[in-house]
Amino acid sequence: MQVWINGAGHELPAGARVAAVLDVLGLPGRGVAVAVDGELVRRADWPMTPLAEGARVEVVTAVQGG
Amino acid sequence: MGSGTLVVGGRKIASRLIMGTGGAANLEVLERALVASGTALTTVAMRRVDAATGTGVLDLLRRLDIEVLPNTAGCRTAAEAVLTARLAREALETDLVKLEVVADERTLLPDPVELLDAAEQLVDDGFTVLPYTNDDPVLSRRLEQVGCAAVMPLGSPIGTGLGIRNPHNIEMIVAEAGVPVVLDAGIGTASEAALAMELGCDAVLLATAVTRAADPERMATAMRLAVEAGHAARHAGRIPRRYWARASSPDRDD
Repeated sequence: MQVWINGAGHELPAGARVAAVLDVLGLPGRGVAVAVDGELVRRADWPMTPLAEGARVEVVTAVQGG
Repeated sequence: MGSGTLVVGGRKIASRLIMGTGGAANLEVLERALVASGTALTTVAMRRVDAATGTGVLDLLRRLDIEVLPNTAGCRTAAEAVLTARLAREALETDLVKLEVVADERTLLPDPVELLDAAEQLVDDGFTVLPYTNDDPVLSRRLEQVGCAAVMPLGSPIGTGLGIRNPHNIEMIVAEAGVPVVLDAGIGTASEAALAMELGCDAVLLATAVTRAADPERMATAMRLAVEAGHAARHAGRIPRRYWARASSPDRDD
């Protein structure tokens, strides 16, 4: 199935969970947060939360600003 | 507010100069500027992770023992700001948020309707909310009433370096506020940071004035001294202004 990660299309196996997105990006879980379709998904819920076809996933971290 | 240690939402903040990290040429320049500023609380923005994004700025703040203050820069609506604040709390494990909801790119002025809405939602959700606001005493009062831990009126638009365009409004905000007042945005040089403190602000938040100065480290030192000087002067009890001269030496004996 296709999901959108930070605006780019990615193929993930059907039934993939949010945790798989961090693997795709090659990211450690520390210092990042994830929203799916405009809602925060807590870190503790990443392994259990399934992604749907076409889900819009945003993965953010802190950068210089303000 | 008082002349002792700055306290925001129950947290003691060891410096009255709050820094931003935007605009620095690189992390080495930023580090020297942050150290010179003496800051204890510093903003970061939340953005999409990409291959080029490191955790450099967070590592730097952690190493310098500076508390991180995530902002909601770039948000135009309350809904966007609330989501960004929640992402920041999750990523950075802090309930502090500098709430920014701006109306347009040209002015970067706060949108008061969206700002107040977002502030109320975030307070209800347990955040310690520090809103970047217009220099409007009425809006500042409303933000305090919904439970913000501080109010942060602008001196002039973000990044302009135009200083404090309406000192009287800042004084009115200070006179009414029961929470710390942080002069946020518009500072260009040290005298303006000192003025903010002389007007009774509890702290100054700035970034561009330091990070885009020709010598950021030196300007950071200037800002630290200016904030300390302005704060001391405010609480030293300045002399009243007089119309005519008053000799400071005794009369001549003849």
